[in-house]
Amino acid sequence: MSAPANIDAPTRDGVGDSPQRPDGIGKVTGEFAYASDLWHDDMLWGATLRSPHPYARIRSIDISAALAHPGVYAVLTHEDVPGAKYYGLDHVDQPVLAIDTVRYQGEPVALVAAEHPEIARRALAKIEVSYDVLEPLTDPRKAAFDATAPALHEHGNIVRHQPVRFGKISEGQRAAEVVVRGEYQVGMQDQAFLGPEAGLAVPTEDGGIELYVATQWMHVDLRQIAPCLALPEDKVRMTLSGVGGAFGAREDLSMQVHAAMLALHTGKPIKIVYNREESFFGHVHRHPALMRYEHGAWRDGTLVYAKAEIILDGGAYTSSTMNVVANAASLGVGPYSVPHIEIDTYGVYTNNPPCGAMRGFGAVQACYGYESQMDRLAAELDMHPLEVRRINAISQGSVLANGQVVDTPAPLAEMLDRLAATPQPEPADQTDIRNLPGGAANTTHGEGVRRGIGYGVGLKNICFSEGADDYSTARVRLAAVGGEPTALVHTAAAEVGQGLVTLQGQIVRTELGIERVVIAPADTQIGDAGSTSASRQSYMTGGAVKVACEAVREMIFERAADQFGVPADELSLAGGKIVAQCAGVLAALADFLGTEPIEAVREFHHRPTQRMDPVTGQGDSHTQLALCVHRAVVDVDVELGLLKVVELAAVQDVGKVLHRNSLEGQIHGGTAQGLGLAVLEEIQVVDGLIRNPSFTDYLIPTILDMPPMRLDILENPDPHAPYGLRGAGEPPTLSSTPAIAAAIRDATGLPLTRVPIGPEDIIHSVK
Amino acid sequence: MEFYRPTSWREALEIRAAQPDALPITGGTDVMVELNFDRARPAALLDLTGVPEITGWSEREGQIQIGASMSYTAIIAELADRLPCLALAARTVGSPQIRNRGTAAGNLGAGSPAGDSHPPLLATGAKVHLESVRGSRELSIDQFYLGVKRTALEPDELIRSIEVPAARGPQQFAKIGTRNAMVIAVCSFAIALDAGSRTVGTGLGSAAPTPRQATDAQDFLAEALPWADRDPLAEELANRFGELVAAAAVPIDDVRGSARYRRHALAVLARRTLGWAWEEYRCA
Amino acid sequence: MRSRRKFEGRQPVSEQREQIGASRRTFLVGGLSAGAGLAGATMLGGSGTAVASQSTELAAAAAPPPDTRKITLTVNGQARTTDVDTRASLLDVLRERIGLTGTKKGCNQGACGACTILVDGDRTLACLTLAARYEQREITTIEGLAEGNRLHPVQQAFIERDGFQCGFCTSGQIVSAVGLLNERPDVPDAEIPELMSGNLCRCAAYPNITAAIRDARGEG
Repeated sequence: MSAPANIDAPTRDGVGDSPQRPDGIGKVTGEFAYASDLWHDDMLWGATLRSPHPYARIRSIDISAALAHPGVYAVLTHEDVPGAKYYGLDHVDQPVLAIDTVRYQGEPVALVAAEHPEIARRALAKIEVSYDVLEPLTDPRKAAFDATAPALHEHGNIVRHQPVRFGKISEGQRAAEVVVRGEYQVGMQDQAFLGPEAGLAVPTEDGGIELYVATQWMHVDLRQIAPCLALPEDKVRMTLSGVGGAFGAREDLSMQVHAAMLALHTGKPIKIVYNREESFFGHVHRHPALMRYEHGAWRDGTLVYAKAEIILDGGAYTSSTMNVVANAASLGVGPYSVPHIEIDTYGVYTNNPPCGAMRGFGAVQACYGYESQMDRLAAELDMHPLEVRRINAISQGSVLANGQVVDTPAPLAEMLDRLAATPQPEPADQTDIRNLPGGAANTTHGEGVRRGIGYGVGLKNICFSEGADDYSTARVRLAAVGGEPTALVHTAAAEVGQGLVTLQGQIVRTELGIERVVIAPADTQIGDAGSTSASRQSYMTGGAVKVACEAVREMIFERAADQFGVPADELSLAGGKIVAQCAGVLAALADFLGTEPIEAVREFHHRPTQRMDPVTGQGDSHTQLALCVHRAVVDVDVELGLLKVVELAAVQDVGKVLHRNSLEGQIHGGTAQGLGLAVLEEIQVVDGLIRNPSFTDYLIPTILDMPPMRLDILENPDPHAPYGLRGAGEPPTLSSTPAIAAAIRDATGLPLTRVPIGPEDIIHSVK
Repeated sequence: MEFYRPTSWREALEIRAAQPDALPITGGTDVMVELNFDRARPAALLDLTGVPEITGWSEREGQIQIGASMSYTAIIAELADRLPCLALAARTVGSPQIRNRGTAAGNLGAGSPAGDSHPPLLATGAKVHLESVRGSRELSIDQFYLGVKRTALEPDELIRSIEVPAARGPQQFAKIGTRNAMVIAVCSFAIALDAGSRTVGTGLGSAAPTPRQATDAQDFLAEALPWADRDPLAEELANRFGELVAAAAVPIDDVRGSARYRRHALAVLARRTLGWAWEEYRCA
Repeated sequence: MRSRRKFEGRQPVSEQREQIGASRRTFLVGGLSAGAGLAGATMLGGSGTAVASQSTELAAAAAPPPDTRKITLTVNGQARTTDVDTRASLLDVLRERIGLTGTKKGCNQGACGACTILVDGDRTLACLTLAARYEQREITTIEGLAEGNRLHPVQQAFIERDGFQCGFCTSGQIVSAVGLLNERPDVPDAEIPELMSGNLCRCAAYPNITAAIRDARGEG
């Protein structure tokens, strides 16, 4: 009934503009405080003793020597956990501190609080833990299928098995004229955010705790922390501190309960900061995957069936594995119309490092599998890789593997056409070694260098799936401050760098026609905002801010209608004024508000979704779907196996561009992390032990590894989403990996079935 | 932990003699990692950056003396013409920030087989000037390395300078890293042709417990190259050279690469760098 | 040393959280105002990032370990005298003793660049620098680049080009870029990546970082 604000109206720095980030000045001047910068008068430092073994029984823990160390205030073990001894994101199975068993290398066993970090470190060394070392279970296939493997948890080693049965696979197999099969593997990637896990716990006079942490989802933290501390949730007050990147790794708890335990025990504020090595042990990683695919098609390239087995190694505890399995299963054939589908996806427990959320989870692994298959099919049929994709591309109205009908625009064929029309980069100028693989390391002057081109297509679910009601909450309070209408926006949503704080201001400006917006600190004094993950915050918290603004606007119009005798539906807000259709400006908002602010708190819910059927995998499980396509051009030194990604071109449909700079940043970032998975990044695990927990040996892309990008951004609105937007942070992470892998295959002629692809995989001759 | 910051070379040597467990530090790019990770707790640190005698470089009779505290950045900027091989290697060290502080002498002191300066110093037949209050001595570079992170430096000695002959012919350096910047060598290789004496020098990095020369490969090449006729490089000759270089390697499997790949890559690098160097010689 | 000297605008949590509409400095420490950088925008203070940064107070909170030594460093033009562990890196001293937490610790082994500072104008990694060595040197950190409220051209360019997301590497990127432009005021486009390759950005804002440096070139 209230006149909707026209989002094309010229409100400065509203939705669609690219205003500067409100946290920008703090970040460029060094004043923005990250979790690791926190300080409190008289605080102590917490430190964590971790298991050196991937699997062992704990015989005894002797803390006496550590406790006697001068400067040590507390040494705590599982016996000191005040409440529940276990926690977990989706399934409560992870001990706060190991009780009688350690299930992965790096599992927390004991805590120390001391007056100096070095004293804490030395005290850790004095804790004597006696272990009975056990043979670790490290083979995920064995965990999935070998009944003789030791059960790591009471209910066995399978976290979730999700089948997908669509159509009738036997019919597809009968009809197929060509069949391509492949086995593919994805290594264990790390989020490798630069700002380590850190936080500060401050005991309060009422026996509660204040927690200042870098996290992705405060309320889910709260729901896990409070029971472990045996405190009601209102006695655990959380405030978001500066987050130095997340990418999924901050969805699980790290130091939260530990710091709070030490603070409650000592009565003093406790700071915990992980160092880089500890960080590699202190958070979950991307699930490694073992995948078997079989695709059948007609000779003209039309897919008739797809069959897949996907095993995801969840490591020691559940974390997000159930959802990772659901994504890999439901998106297991990608954005292609396939009449007959049979997929079995397994998430398993092993004694490898725990795996959970990382940008694009589940969908990233499957995408590498099905895209590798599409290239194999194209080769088999002697077709262009883009052509075989175009023939099978979904569009609005298509049905996905889970039986869900795509009911919003999905112009994949058009996106592929646009990619095909994108100009190719020039051949490298080989007179400058910086343009060649190896760069300044001077490994080639052109010898052995071959160029390859590859394509990748990815389909990602946006927001939480499978019946989750991952709503968000926003409070918008409009008041006159110093003669200017000013909105205060309060949510619990985690800004982790993606630019949500910028967007919140844009939405308010657009909806309320004002300029001044202040974003309050994110904390748990307001309702849940859900996680900063699944590319969902623009949709969900953006949506919550939008509906809260609409409520405020409605209240203004009701009051103004009374006051001015103008029908409410003829009113609008612009330039800080209340405007009537015929009468023009009725009042300046600031005067109108006077000393009576208008405030609304609103929740925003996306449309309901369904769980996948446990037997058939059918069900409208996804809220929204998003597409990205990549073309990679790679120069490969085929004799040394070194390479240079020359260019990455991407076409992505984002529904509506809300902030072009931020959006492009997300596409760059997602693409680069996909590049890392394609050619650089792997946590090397041998017998359950991490061999490279450092930035000298876990290599993430440098500026020299990041090629120039060509972006082509489409805006086909999703009518269900605020402003028609589509989540944009994850899709590019899916498609860049298979595109780069395909380009390397094109250059080398090798099958290259595992990512990351290293020099030794390319030097086939030495294998 | 004691901290000494001498302001003269004499003072530095006296401190070193009085306290042999004082760890010398110039750029700090290796030493500080050890301290930060609590891998080393030296009784004392001996900071040599206040010593004027070991800064910069000088040249005498075709020999370049590189002071122990001369940074990689300075080597790249000031010595690229005289010591092209070392300058090429310096450009691949760590990052611009590391190159601003790190030194070739520090690379020697740390003795890691992955240090980027070792291959060029080996290939060019460098000498290390060591001094103590007892006196000074000169070691040829190949005698300096004793084992993994073990060197011939005596407890009371300091590296004063590294003497490298100015290039007497084409030189090349190449390094394998799995990333295009800021990466520790999987393996590396340097070659120096001496047009006057018609000899060849080589240096291998990350290829054995110590940096080393491929002496058989050097001897073979010195003999086999058509120095006088300046003929194009025969493919068999380049291949044979590569094989001999690879044969000189005793690499290990580690987190950065396998022994097998290292041998393979060394052969390719040897072949390629020889090709570039020989082209330069022919066209000179 | 157990001095309790307050650091301007930085208070313990309990005080900080009550503050609204505080000084610019307080805002910068904690605030997240969507109006920042916009003309006429009100900046509501408070605790966007919740807690004040570390300060000299940390020195008090953390008992000095043995083998300390009193040193005077010149940081951003100001003399700072403090007791330090002789083994302490300049990074730890800046962050924990002097209260300048803008310089970040990403890896503590010279492999990420987040702790880049300038020493006599040269780009240097604070984590690989022994604090005790740099008594007579001019140290510049990210906090020393702006002149009052006027941002350094490189800082301004990073904001305009969105040269960061999470911002954790940004201090190091900006100081590194300033150092690079000191070394090579006319650095050609093609050389920027190699000369910035010592600074990792996990958000991969690299294209925008390069653009920001191009913008700032010649404006220093």
